[in-house]
Amino acid sequence: MPRLHVKQQSALPGFGISMGFTLFYLALLVLIPLCGLVLFTGTRMTPAEFWTKAIADPRVLASYRLSLVASLIAASLNGVFGLIVAWVLVRYEFTGKRFIDAIVDLPFALPTAVSGIALTTLYVHTGWIGRWFEPLGIRIAYAWPGIIIALTLVGLPFVVRTVQPALEGLEPEIEEAASSLGATRWQTFRCVILPTVMPSLLTGFALAFARALGEFGSVYFIAGNMPYRTEIAPLLILIKLEQFDYVGATAIGVVMLIAAFILLLIINLLQWWSRRHQL
Amino acid sequence: MARSIALRLDSSKARPVPSNTESTLTRRLLIASALLFLGLFLFLPLMLVFAYAFREGLGIYLSSFITPDALSAIRLSLITAAIAVPLNTLFGVAAAWAIGKFEFKGKSVLITLIDLPFAISPVIAGLIFMLLFGALGWFGPWLMERNISIMFATPGIVIATMFVTVPFVARELIPLMQAQGTEEEQSALTLGASGFQTFRRVTLPNIKWGLIYGIILTNARAMGEFGAVSVVSGHIRGQTNTMPLHIEILYNDYQTTAAFAVASLLAFLAVVTLAVRFTVEWKTARDHEAAAREAGWGDNP
Repeated sequence: MPRLHVKQQSALPGFGISMGFTLFYLALLVLIPLCGLVLFTGTRMTPAEFWTKAIADPRVLASYRLSLVASLIAASLNGVFGLIVAWVLVRYEFTGKRFIDAIVDLPFALPTAVSGIALTTLYVHTGWIGRWFEPLGIRIAYAWPGIIIALTLVGLPFVVRTVQPALEGLEPEIEEAASSLGATRWQTFRCVILPTVMPSLLTGFALAFARALGEFGSVYFIAGNMPYRTEIAPLLILIKLEQFDYVGATAIGVVMLIAAFILLLIINLLQWWSRRHQL
Repeated sequence: MARSIALRLDSSKARPVPSNTESTLTRRLLIASALLFLGLFLFLPLMLVFAYAFREGLGIYLSSFITPDALSAIRLSLITAAIAVPLNTLFGVAAAWAIGKFEFKGKSVLITLIDLPFAISPVIAGLIFMLLFGALGWFGPWLMERNISIMFATPGIVIATMFVTVPFVARELIPLMQAQGTEEEQSALTLGASGFQTFRRVTLPNIKWGLIYGIILTNARAMGEFGAVSVVSGHIRGQTNTMPLHIEILYNDYQTTAAFAVASLLAFLAVVTLAVRFTVEWKTARDHEAAAREAGWGDNP
């Protein structure tokens, strides 16, 4: 293991003990268990088994497709409306603004089981909102629109909270320059403001997408969980574990974990890009 | 000539350049769509929880909590939080001290590692502990021989909950400690304070509000975790059901009012968490202003 060097000699005590405890705790709770998963994949399943369980099974494939498409749509909705919410919170003054600002974080604190049963009750054919769509023949709960709504809710804070500081950091002079050079407000937004906040917007989009891909609790209630149609990938892991099919569950888990790591890498690159952009 | 320029300057100061802001109609439309979006996705579901919880009156609401299953679920959630929250708080403070007050190689890797449980699906968090301690997992047979149960029992629920709530205190404290630097601690040490005294008397008051919010958020997440816990719990009624799992059972049994009654407790906890965050931000802003005034920097811009 490489030794950690303290570059700048800090006179403060406690580096050794706090760093030691941090690494010990992380290793015990996060790293060693994760290695267990990697080891399980490497030793208890053959590549052919992995292929049939994680890729070639049409039911599993359908769940990947649903998770991917629904998460993309939910993250896009959050991209558009998150930008509007961030804009309104940074630029305008209106009554109840601080309350609105506070409620944006609700999905961080509200348990997913609670938002799951609340959304389902709201959107079933007898619910407060669902009953208005029932005569039109539109099903929201127990169908894909419900899944998208649940995934949008859980990813909602990310775009708002990444775009907000970027909008606050915009210098008014640039916009004044654009408008004094004859740009319309829309041109200024499209050619000056949007490119500047784009790295943050993409970061927020990627965070919301990653959160939606892994989400389980809220979707579980509203999806209806019909195989091939409204069954998301995390639910399949749970079903396989209940059947003691550890190999099948792990195979799907590995695919999802790889997707999560790729997204984490992209998010880190985006954050690096937006930091460079703002300098 | 000079007068007209002065006049024009004056008028441009009095109201913003018209092309540099949106028309009233656009403003109203944007505010309306933001409110509609948040109302539909956040406010309405939250209201529905409380409306359904109380729809059959206070008596039914309260009686939802005194069934043996509900009481045991509440007790298990409290036990889980009572173990997971202090340990993760200790971890968060230690990690923030090491990362925020010292410079070392690999710092960004360490921060990414701390964030990792947040990026992983909670179901996968449950899965990795099944692979370790489950009947067919690495240590499963060994544990079975000794009659120790971790999966489908309280220890598994506590471990899975700890995993998913690892990052929250650390994420809250790292930026705070980084921003505050080390000068105040160094002067305390120069004046003869011990390391622990410095932490307790100098660092702790500075990070107090962030720490409180971190703890409360960790607590809300620990009591509300569903995905990871539903993998490792085994759903044994009255034994391994936490509050979210109890909500699931009630809801699937069509005991909607009782489900929302238990859900209202967790929703209330979430609202309290947001209120604390709101207060913390307000207090931090006020402290900053007070510090700036004392130092003679004038009002915060």
